[in-house]
Amino acid sequence: MGRYLARRLVELVPVAFGVLLVVFAISHLTPGDPVLIALGEHATPEAIDHLRAELQLNDPLPIQFGKYLGRALRGDLGRSIQNNEEVTEELRNRFPATIELTVAAMLIASAVGVLTGVIAAARQNSWFDGASMVVALFGFSMPIFWLGIMLILLFAWYLGWFPISGRLDYTVEITRVTNLYIVDAILTRNWPALENALRHLVLPAVTLATVPLAIIARMTRSSLLEVLRQDYVRTARAKGLTERRVVSRHALKNAFIPVITVIGLNVGALLGGAILTETIFAWPGVGRLVVDAIFARDYPLVQGVVLVIALVFVLVNLLVDVSYAVLDPRIRYG
Amino acid sequence: MHNPLSRRLALPVVLALAVMLLASGTIAGAPMRSSWDARACGRIGGTLVFGQAQDAVGLDPADVEDGFSVNNTSNVFDTLVRFSAQGTQVEPSLAESWTVSPDGLVWTFKLRRGVRFHDGTPLDAKAVEFSFLRQFDKKNPYHQGTFAYAEFTLESVKSIQAVGTDSIRFTLKSANASFIAMLAMFSNAVSSPTAIRKYGKDYFKHPTGTGPFKFVEWVQKDHATYEANKEYWGGRPCVDRLIIRGIPDNTVRLLEMEKGSIQIMDQVNPPDYARIRGNSALTLFTGPGLNVGYVAMNVGKEPFNDVRIRRALNYAVNKPALVRAFYGGIAAPAVNPMPPTIWGYNHSVQPYEYSVAKAKQLLAEAGYPNGFSTELYWPNRARPYLTQPQKIAEALQSQLAQAGIRAKLVTFEWGTYLSKTRNGEHPMAILGWIGDNGDPDNFLYVLLDKDNTTVGKASNIAFYKSNAVHDLLIKAQQVTDQAQRAKYYEQAQVVIHNDAPWVPLVYGARVAAYRKQVQNFSLHPLQIFWLYRVWLNP
Repeated sequence: MGRYLARRLVELVPVAFGVLLVVFAISHLTPGDPVLIALGEHATPEAIDHLRAELQLNDPLPIQFGKYLGRALRGDLGRSIQNNEEVTEELRNRFPATIELTVAAMLIASAVGVLTGVIAAARQNSWFDGASMVVALFGFSMPIFWLGIMLILLFAWYLGWFPISGRLDYTVEITRVTNLYIVDAILTRNWPALENALRHLVLPAVTLATVPLAIIARMTRSSLLEVLRQDYVRTARAKGLTERRVVSRHALKNAFIPVITVIGLNVGALLGGAILTETIFAWPGVGRLVVDAIFARDYPLVQGVVLVIALVFVLVNLLVDVSYAVLDPRIRYG
Repeated sequence: MHNPLSRRLALPVVLALAVMLLASGTIAGAPMRSSWDARACGRIGGTLVFGQAQDAVGLDPADVEDGFSVNNTSNVFDTLVRFSAQGTQVEPSLAESWTVSPDGLVWTFKLRRGVRFHDGTPLDAKAVEFSFLRQFDKKNPYHQGTFAYAEFTLESVKSIQAVGTDSIRFTLKSANASFIAMLAMFSNAVSSPTAIRKYGKDYFKHPTGTGPFKFVEWVQKDHATYEANKEYWGGRPCVDRLIIRGIPDNTVRLLEMEKGSIQIMDQVNPPDYARIRGNSALTLFTGPGLNVGYVAMNVGKEPFNDVRIRRALNYAVNKPALVRAFYGGIAAPAVNPMPPTIWGYNHSVQPYEYSVAKAKQLLAEAGYPNGFSTELYWPNRARPYLTQPQKIAEALQSQLAQAGIRAKLVTFEWGTYLSKTRNGEHPMAILGWIGDNGDPDNFLYVLLDKDNTTVGKASNIAFYKSNAVHDLLIKAQQVTDQAQRAKYYEQAQVVIHNDAPWVPLVYGARVAAYRKQVQNFSLHPLQIFWLYRVWLNP
């Protein structure tokens, strides 16, 4: 297992290189000029020339890439074209917001999705099964921005249970350690901030969780149904075990492997899907950051964000692979 | 829009000006009180929360380009001269007075005494020189940024120099009458030299000015917090704290305001006007804007090289219908390439009336009795002059079709769109312009002078090259007398109207909304949210 992990971690290097190369190429070859966008409707010819030189956009692309790579290896991802902020600093500030949102959404989606799927499978063709799968289909096809606004209208605007938008009230003081507000609040024992941060998190996390929740619920159901038809389940039933015990002790663990795979893949989708949720809820995360950066052709920032998202995605799926071995003793890595 | 105070002051100012003119042989701006001082606070205290569509990109006024950042910096910084509270007349600010040499090349500004930056550094000639040189001089060690607006606002400047301890001198390469308006623009705000030296490239996160609000905290893409500068030379701001939040979704922003968690918001969706008007706790603010939306016809391409075709299009577009349908009824149909909120606007130019018959007749005369097929480029980004881009483009398409002009709609994402139109790839393109400083030069020269038709860099995307217009616009840059300049601009508008390189569409309104407890708020014609004279009822 140790060697396997080491190999997989080493494999991250070519992945990172590939991501950098592809993102660099795509962003630089996309029509649209960062200089023109920065100068907007006001660009004079002199200003355009000057700024292009300042941003070193006159070098041939391979040379630009080489320089970028050299700096990236030293941990310097450059500075944002838009505001001069160091890309690493920007990531340090913003990624935690997205991680908080994604983890919360993933927890909701996994817990509720698995539970729904298990109940639906255990009581196949019951009213719960039918209803939950229709709801899941509905959740899967719902436009996120519409759902988000509806949740805001009902739970924040009308009932007033949650704040409408934002990550923390400006009246709440918080000491930023990790920039994961919930962790920071716990670390500094700042209970009012914890409560405030959690209330802000609920609606966006539920919104973001909807689509993966639906997928996970359906996946769990079908996977479990398949396992329940296996011989060893029949044996377990024949031994006289209760249905509850059959499902929880014997079937569930095996049914989980495809579910875990789906969860892992969805983390990537969530990091990307957070863009809409972050926009609706004014959530200061990396999704909005990368969209703004793309529209501004802020090359260093786009590259930095995509690199980190790609690495997180690869790491999460490594975790998924490792969990296979934990769930199924027959799977061994060597 | 009119401010009674400026009218009351007009006579003494003119007299003072005349006296100075006789005494020194120079043109001078006299010391006078600012139009901002008249707006006293009805109540002191409270926290004002302003929600806008985006959080700031940066907080260094010299190095930002977007309006959202400018709404932040303009409350923290002062410029040497500033725009009046309700218009674009230029008034003293950090400079109490100024003189211009007879040839119009040397501008000397006398600084207000006793002003300090928020970090305690005194404002003197050296500080002002430092602040300007860092954006103007590309070899300056603190020239660490884009400074895009310096390229444009300080373009005519040859040198900048402190004179003694309390004056700053700008020497121009050539006379430029709009220079004073350029100096009033947000990017020429004065920053603390101590803070710039201390923070270097990170200065954009530590804005330090002399303005009414002091910077406290900035959580990027979320909000910035400011507190009242109680020692502000122009009198302390009415509220104790100012929070500027970024809330991108227009509907969510409105819901926040209805709940009372923000008190002022920008960019209201036109369909929401009725909802705001129907809510007794809210007020919808509207006023004429300083912008124009237009369709540019590429005169370098057939058939738009024929003036009859261009006029035919002008007859074919029903502007009042567009205003009713897509601007909530609060924009104005455009006639000239600049809005009537700016001096020099020619009121005698009569618009082409909406007449499909006349359009068809002109098309027939030009050899297109059955019309023709073409493309209409449209930008997929809402702007004050283009509130609902796709719907407006589709409406134009159907209006043109009635006259027999079959236009295919073409769009690109904003950055690509700007590139393509500057390259002149379009036969027709929808675009617009938001004025920076209230000077006609900022519209007519930028958008319609032949100097700005270089392919790839054109801001004149009609590629309209009129020598008559060019001569008038250059003359207007060189004289300093505003009445004379206005005449040149009025003449240029007549020529442009006849040559018809554009279909001017609308002058978009400026719109904001606020809660009734907010007092003394008005959105400046430049659409910058200056909030220091706003006060809050409990």
